[in-house]
Amino acid sequence: MKLDLLHTLNAERAARRAVVVVTGTETGTQRLVKAADVATDPLAEVIEKRLRMGKSGMEETAQGRVFLTVHVPSPQLVITGAVHISQTLAPLGQMLDYDVSIVDPRTAFATPERFPGVKVLAEWPDAALPPLNVDRYTAFVTLTHDPKIDDPALLHALSRDCFYIGALGSRKTHGRRLERLKAEGVSDAALARIHAPIGLAIGAVSPAEIAVAIMAEITMRLRVKQDKAEAA
Amino acid sequence: MLGRDEDILKAAEDWSKAGRGVALATVVETWGSAPRPVGSNLVIDEEGNFLGSVSGGCVEGAVVTEAIDVIESGKPKTLEFGVADETAWKVGLSCGGTIRVYVEKVS
Repeated sequence: MKLDLLHTLNAERAARRAVVVVTGTETGTQRLVKAADVATDPLAEVIEKRLRMGKSGMEETAQGRVFLTVHVPSPQLVITGAVHISQTLAPLGQMLDYDVSIVDPRTAFATPERFPGVKVLAEWPDAALPPLNVDRYTAFVTLTHDPKIDDPALLHALSRDCFYIGALGSRKTHGRRLERLKAEGVSDAALARIHAPIGLAIGAVSPAEIAVAIMAEITMRLRVKQDKAEAA
Repeated sequence: MLGRDEDILKAAEDWSKAGRGVALATVVETWGSAPRPVGSNLVIDEEGNFLGSVSGGCVEGAVVTEAIDVIESGKPKTLEFGVADETAWKVGLSCGGTIRVYVEKVS
């Protein structure tokens, strides 16, 4: 590996941007493909597939066997609301290798006792969210039901390209939420990014079951191609 | 896995910039039960110092020896370890799997 390629690779990773190294294991040729350049790459299809799965591996191509080293940032899960659902959702996310953060300004909810081993930020979203670097490898959920807390959090998420945004609340609650966010100047296209009612429709009743429904929907968003995910 | 691999690649860059001869070993294929997943890295310098892993410690010694050759020659190599090749390499994987490791010089 050329040192300058290695340097670019490390710089991209430090910036939390996905990158793939294509190595001809028989020829010794090597190149780096940044996430932004994948679409125009001759191997776009296999690279995209592997990026989505986050899996390195060997591929047979017209140019011979190549090894694709896939580097994707570890996904993070940002939960606004230190509520009952979060008590299952946070450890569930951790089990699925997400870096989990919980944001809730209500200090009675946001306690380390309720969330052992989880990063809990007892602050308003406006203060807590910007340092979390909400990016395209972030799943973002709001669970407080309280517009004072959820709305600013959603506005922040909508200004970023996180791969999943979900908001707790019935269709009626969500309808009112959309009106408020629209009044804040959010476009219809942006509002359509919000998954609500949140979670896959598995008939979840208990807070823990709702957490499972949410995590399932997040996983689908992460792993299934966009158009297929919408058909589901 | 990602965090640790990132440290390994950073170490490869830092070692190389410090003027050390460096090779990078990557697990490129696995069959059966393999201790480390495809994409796992081991970085080696010309004195045999290493960081990371490509197995649970079963074949690192052999990879380090080969890596020192790769640092000298500059030519990448693909190594295979497993039950079938036990006699050829004199090391094998006790778990019964087979792995293929790509070793390349950082230069």
